[in-house]
Amino acid sequence: MISDERQRAVMEHRLSGLKRPESGWSAPVRSEALAHIQRVGLPSRRDEYWKFTRPDTLVQASAPKAALFDNDESPVFGEVDRLKVVFVDGVFDLELSDELALEGIVIDRLAAVGDQGSHWAESVYGKLEQRGQDPVVRPLAALNTAFATDGILIDVQQTPSKPISLIYVHANETSDAILHHVIRVNEGAAVTILETGPAAARFNKCMEIELADDSELHHVRAQGRDHERRAATHMFALLGARSQFKSFTLTVNGRLTRNEIYTELSGENSSAHIAGACVGDGEFHHDDTVFVTHDAENCDSRQVFKKVLRNGATGVFQGKILVKPGAQKTDGYQISQSLLLDDDSQFLAKPELEIYADDVACSHGSTSGAINEEALFYLRARGIERAEATDLLTLAFLREAVEEIESETLADEIVSRLMAWLLRHRPE
Amino acid sequence: MLKIKNLKVELTAKGKSILKGVDLSVEAGSVHAIMGPNGSGKSTLSYVLSGREGYTVTDGSVTLDGTDLLDLEPEERAALGLFLAFQYPTEIPGVGNMTFLRTALNAQRKARGEPEMSSGEFLKEVREKSRTLQIDSEMLKRSVNVGFSGGEKKRNEILQMIMLEPKLCVLDETDSGLDVDAMKLVAKGVNELRHSGRGFLVITHYQRLLDHIQPDVVHIMVNGRIVKSGTAELALEVEKNGYADMMVELAE
Repeated sequence: MISDERQRAVMEHRLSGLKRPESGWSAPVRSEALAHIQRVGLPSRRDEYWKFTRPDTLVQASAPKAALFDNDESPVFGEVDRLKVVFVDGVFDLELSDELALEGIVIDRLAAVGDQGSHWAESVYGKLEQRGQDPVVRPLAALNTAFATDGILIDVQQTPSKPISLIYVHANETSDAILHHVIRVNEGAAVTILETGPAAARFNKCMEIELADDSELHHVRAQGRDHERRAATHMFALLGARSQFKSFTLTVNGRLTRNEIYTELSGENSSAHIAGACVGDGEFHHDDTVFVTHDAENCDSRQVFKKVLRNGATGVFQGKILVKPGAQKTDGYQISQSLLLDDDSQFLAKPELEIYADDVACSHGSTSGAINEEALFYLRARGIERAEATDLLTLAFLREAVEEIESETLADEIVSRLMAWLLRHRPE
Repeated sequence: MLKIKNLKVELTAKGKSILKGVDLSVEAGSVHAIMGPNGSGKSTLSYVLSGREGYTVTDGSVTLDGTDLLDLEPEERAALGLFLAFQYPTEIPGVGNMTFLRTALNAQRKARGEPEMSSGEFLKEVREKSRTLQIDSEMLKRSVNVGFSGGEKKRNEILQMIMLEPKLCVLDETDSGLDVDAMKLVAKGVNELRHSGRGFLVITHYQRLLDHIQPDVVHIMVNGRIVKSGTAELALEVEKNGYADMMVELAE
């Protein structure tokens, strides 16, 4: 709830610059989202859920300037055969994108179909986000639903031949992008969604995923290398029976990143694996906030988050497993670990379990540590230089998270990016 | 080849004196054994040779083929040809055994200005050499020493030694935790490496390893000093009478 006038002023200031469509199929849910924000306000430092991450720059009226980063690397997933959908500072780029057509899927742009009277996405857009507002409010996701300017709506009817690759280009130093994607995977179908790039100076992105029975979604994301970018992203996934949701995020650099993932296992025997690896050097604040709700029997969930931090970088993990009454035989696992490469960096973790069923197996663990000196000496005694040995051990530390990626090709790509980053960030 | 002169070493943290003036020379082509009771400083000597942190050298020198070892980083010593087979090989989850071995081999080659070994060539070599030690491909694929039995760890050390072709091999209690069959395998690996250009320093508690690896010289270390040196016979004497007699003898 809005607690004081200052918070109200911040909210009104932020909302004043935003426009939303007043007609079309999405208008009613956008109005509801706006009403929700007006009721609860935008995140403030006093919110328990934002205890470790200052939301100021995410809620201020305009995006703080973020220098463009001259990236001389080859594009991530550049070698993968994929359907490219490109947004430059949050604006769809027709030239750079492939034709939005692929056998087995129907793909639309929110901006192009938003004024229609009805659309299949109506049953998902803003709806999964609404479910995710309880028990913890997520005002930035509601803001996204209310004011998203574009995004893609993908109806996966049959398994497509290649991944759909969302590419976010940052080209303007003060761009402020709001994108909202909806993905519905129908019974028996499977899809891979790739996301790459910094997107904008400030990026607010929401992705809603509805998985029908026996369907699969694999998500692999590499958030861009721009040092000054800021991002608040949300994923909401609703899982049908025997469905699988697998998400992996690589974050390198970035002034501020908050990635929230809200997952509901609502069909029996469904499975959600959510993982992330991040490496930060210097002015880097990375927050993974994950909420997994078990609401059906025999489901399993894994949360695996690894962070490598140095030179004053900060890592945050807030992860919760909620097992609702009746969700028997739940298998929930959660691990968050940081490797602190110096004394200046910090890792803040809040693992939580809340269990209302009596026949479940849930475990969680959180650790912070330095490079293992014994292992380092062993490698050096075999002739491997300190810097290279440190990199080997750092990669080994991150491996458990990367191993959550099912595709070997995609996992190899992530590992090679991590290796390149470590090489660039070797201490003098 | 290896020359240790009047080496005095303290534990850095406690300032406790461990080695109190060790003199030892290992010539190329020879096998020297060091025996001694617990706490005599045998393992400390191996760690100081390899460059492990935590020890302060207060006096003396160590050279390998004329190069002062004590100023070098552990990786530089390895590239010069020093190899320590660890008493307790470290488990390194997430680093594959093959990746590790290949990285180490090529790092040493690079440091010596030699061309790197291609992955094809490496694979062929490692397969061939692991056969003698009965190391299967599954063991090679696993993370370094993770889930290995005591014997497997020691065999893995010897495989590294064979692949890296060091000039001076230091074996720190390689026989500890081995059953007779495993010890024979390890000894076979070592014996195949015996070569006119290579020296060995075998540290052990017991004589039994020396039945399989015949030493040229046996040294007895007690309380941070080498108190007696002799032929292989000396090891048998220790086996029969223990160290107690020797320590009494010294006290007299």
